[in-house]
Amino acid sequence: MVVAAVRRLVFKPARYAVPAKYGKSHTPDAVFLLGLIAILMVADSMFSASNATRHLQQNQPVETLAVFSLPWMLKAAIGAMPLATLWALNVGAYLVHELTFYFLLCYRPFGIQFHVETSLFSVYFAKLERGTLKPVRWGVPDESLDQVKSFGVKTFEDFTWKHMLDFYSCADCGRCADNCPANAVGRPLSPRFITIKARDYAFQHYPVLGKAHNHKPLIGNIYSEDEIWSCTTCGACEEECPLLVEYIDKIVDLRRGMIDDGNVPQSLQKPLKALESRGNPYGKMEKKRGDWAKAIPPGSQPTNAVKLLDGKSGADTLYFVDSITSYDDRMQAIGRATARILECLGKNFGILGATEKDSGHEVRRFGEEMLFMALRDHNTEVIKAAGVQRIVTADPHAYNALKHDYKDVPPVEHIVQVVAREVRDGNVRFNPVEDKDRVYAYHDPCYLGRHNQVYDDPRDVLDSIPGLTRVEMQRSRDRSFCCGGGGLMLFYEPKEDQRMGMLRVRMAAEAGANVIVTACPFCMVNIEDAIKVAGMEGKMSVMDLTELVDRHLVREGTEKTEKLEAATCGG
Amino acid sequence: MEILVCARRVPDTSENEISLNAAGNDIERDELVYSVNEADNYAVEEALQIRDRVGGNVTVATIGGEDDEEILRRELAMGANQAVLISDDAFSGSDGKGVATILKDFVRKGRYDLILTGVQADDGAAQVGGMLAAMLDYPFASLVNSIALEDGKLKVSREIEGGNREINEIDLPCVLSIQTGINEPRYVGMRGIRQVASAPIPTLGASDLGVDQGAVGEAAARVKRVDYFVPALSKGAEMLDGSREENADKVLELVAAKGGLK
Repeated sequence: MVVAAVRRLVFKPARYAVPAKYGKSHTPDAVFLLGLIAILMVADSMFSASNATRHLQQNQPVETLAVFSLPWMLKAAIGAMPLATLWALNVGAYLVHELTFYFLLCYRPFGIQFHVETSLFSVYFAKLERGTLKPVRWGVPDESLDQVKSFGVKTFEDFTWKHMLDFYSCADCGRCADNCPANAVGRPLSPRFITIKARDYAFQHYPVLGKAHNHKPLIGNIYSEDEIWSCTTCGACEEECPLLVEYIDKIVDLRRGMIDDGNVPQSLQKPLKALESRGNPYGKMEKKRGDWAKAIPPGSQPTNAVKLLDGKSGADTLYFVDSITSYDDRMQAIGRATARILECLGKNFGILGATEKDSGHEVRRFGEEMLFMALRDHNTEVIKAAGVQRIVTADPHAYNALKHDYKDVPPVEHIVQVVAREVRDGNVRFNPVEDKDRVYAYHDPCYLGRHNQVYDDPRDVLDSIPGLTRVEMQRSRDRSFCCGGGGLMLFYEPKEDQRMGMLRVRMAAEAGANVIVTACPFCMVNIEDAIKVAGMEGKMSVMDLTELVDRHLVREGTEKTEKLEAATCGG
Repeated sequence: MEILVCARRVPDTSENEISLNAAGNDIERDELVYSVNEADNYAVEEALQIRDRVGGNVTVATIGGEDDEEILRRELAMGANQAVLISDDAFSGSDGKGVATILKDFVRKGRYDLILTGVQADDGAAQVGGMLAAMLDYPFASLVNSIALEDGKLKVSREIEGGNREINEIDLPCVLSIQTGINEPRYVGMRGIRQVASAPIPTLGASDLGVDQGAVGEAAARVKRVDYFVPALSKGAEMLDGSREENADKVLELVAAKGGLK
C-alpha cells in the first residue's frame, strides 16, 4: 500500500502520465482506490486489535497476532484503553470496514482497478497462438465471407466480446507504450490509449443511468486514421503486456474497417493496386520476378542456375523469395546468397519465378483480407503444383505468412534455421571472420523473433564463425526494437519525429557494435536508410545473415559430387 | 444533381514497362495492365462527394470494348449509381473530335447538370472535355482543383502555372476537366468489386445514340498518329559529389537560381 502510494505520488513513473489529448489523469482515481484499501486495512486491523485487547483485559483466550503486523502494533497502542472504548472501537471498525467494503465492491467496475476481476477471464480466454491473426469474423469460413455485410471494426460494437473484455482488463501500467516503437518515434499511436480511449468510450456511451447512444464511427471520433496506420504489428506491446491484452488483432480489424470504407492513404493505394494486378507492390513485370537468379555480379561465387519449379524438376525444396528480394536491387543479394547457401548445403531446390506472387503478409496486416486471400490461393496452388516437401525462405514476413496464414502448404523454415541445424549437425564449417576488428550485433526481426521465437539459431550461427566478436544490444530477443516495419509499411508516410531505424542504429552504436546483422530484407532497407540519415556511413554498416554466412562458408573446390550433396558442405 | 463522369481505361504507367512494338507505330500491348485513368478517378471521387452533399446520381461512361467494363465496375464499386459502356465497331479509330461527338450524343440522350472529365488521359491530348463543351454549347473550365456549389452556380478553382489559383463562377450545366489532387479518391478493394460483379452495365451503340457515323471512326479522323517513339535520354544531369552538407548547399543554390525558391 505504502509502496504503491509512494510510487504514485512521489516517483510518478513517466508512463503513468495521461497526455491531455487522451483524457484526464488516472492518478486521483488511483489515490482514491488506495485510500479505500488503506481504510479497509486499518479498520480490519483495528477490529482485530480491539478484540484481542478486550479479551486480554477480560482474561479470556487471546487471538494470536503476528509480530510487527498492523494489528499487533495497534494492540500495543490501545492496550491501556478502558473496556468501553475498546468496544466502541471494535464495533466502529467493524462498521467502517463493512461500509467501505461494500462501497468498494460497487465502485470497482468504474475505477481503474476493475482489471483485477476482469483479467481473470481475459487471461483465461487470451489468444496464445503467436504470429496469427484473427479471421474477419470468427466462425465464418473464407468462402462465406462474401455474405458478411461489413468487414472489420468500424464502431465500438464491432469489436469482439473478448476485445471489449480486454479494454476493461488493462491495468493501465503503460508497459506497452514504453515498448512501442511507433510511440517512441512520436507517431500518433500509443497502444495503451487504444485501450483506454475505448474503455472511456464504453463508459460514456453506455451509461449506468440514461440511454445508450452508440454506433458512432471510431475513426475520426476516438481514433485517428494515422494512429491506426502507424502500427508496424511488431508485437512489442503484446509481448510486454502482463495481462495478455491483444493489440495486433484490434489494429488489423480497425484497418479492415477502413479498407472496407475505402478510407486508405493514397500512398498505400498504388502498391495495393499493383499487388492486385502484378502480384507485387512495385508494379514490376511478373516475368522479371526470377531475374535476380540470373544476375551474378562479377567477383561473386558462381551459382548454378537456380531451377524453376514446374512439378517435373525433381527438386524437393522450394525457396520462396517474395517480392522485395525478387525486385529490389540491393535485396537481390540476399536472394543470391540464400541460393548459394542452399546449393552449398546440397539442397535440391528451386524457385517459382514468374508464377510466385507476394506472400500477402502485409496485405493481410494492412486489412485487405480479400486481396490477401487471392494472393494466398494463387501461391498455394503453384506451391502444390511444384511438388516439393519443404519450403525455405529468407524473408521472415513470408515465413510467418506461409507458416501461419497459409493452410495446406509444406512445412516452412527460415534459412537461418536450416543453417543453424547444419552447424549443429557438424555439416557446415566457417572460415575465420574476414574482418576481425569489427563488432557484430544481431538485430532480431519481429517476425522471426517475437512472432516465431527464433532467437538462438541466428546467434548460434554467428557464434560459430571463428573469431567473430558479437555484442548484444540492450533491446534484443523478445525486447527487440522494430526497424520501421516491412512490406506495405515501406510505402506509408507516417507522421513521426524520427525514424525507428535511427533509434535502432543508435542502440547498436551504444552496444559498441559497428555491424548490424539482421535476417530480414525489410530490416535491411530500414537500417540501411537510417545509417545514411544518421550520417553514420563508414562507422556503422548493416548486412544480412545470409550474406555473412555465404562469405564465410568453407566450400570444397568447385566440383560438387553426389556424395557431397548428401553429406556435407566442406566439412 | 445529375452528374456524368467520362472515364477511360489506360495502361497504368506505374505498373508497365512501356516499349515500342515491332512496327514502331504503337506501344507493345502484350502483358500490359490497365487501370482507370488517374485524373478520371479523381473526377469520379469529386462527383461522388458532390452527390453525397447535395443528392442526385453519378453516372460513369466510357467509350471502348468489353475489356473496358473493368474500370466501370471499379467506379461502381467506388459508389457510382450507374455505369454505361458506349461501344460500337464504328467508333474505333476516332480522333479527339470523334470521341467528343460520341459523348455529345450520349449526353443529349440523358439530362445532366454537370459533366466531369479528367484533365487528360495518360495517353491522351486533353482535348475531349473542351470539344464536348463546345459541341453542347456548355460553359467549360479546365484544370479544376476545387468545386463549390452556391445558389445553383458553381465556384471552381483553377490551377494557374506557378502554383497560383483563380476562382471562376460558372453556370450549370457545364463541363469541367478535373485536375489530380482535387481530393483523395477512396480505395476500391477486391471485395468492393466482387459486390458489384453482377450489377448490370448497359451497352449503347451508334444507333442507340443516334451518332452520325460519318463523323466518327477512323475515316472521319482528321488527326492521325504517324509516329511514336521513346526520346533518347539527353545528357545534362549534373552529378554532385561533394559531402552531404556541400551537396545540400549546392542543391539549394541551383533551385534558387532556377527561381524555385522565393
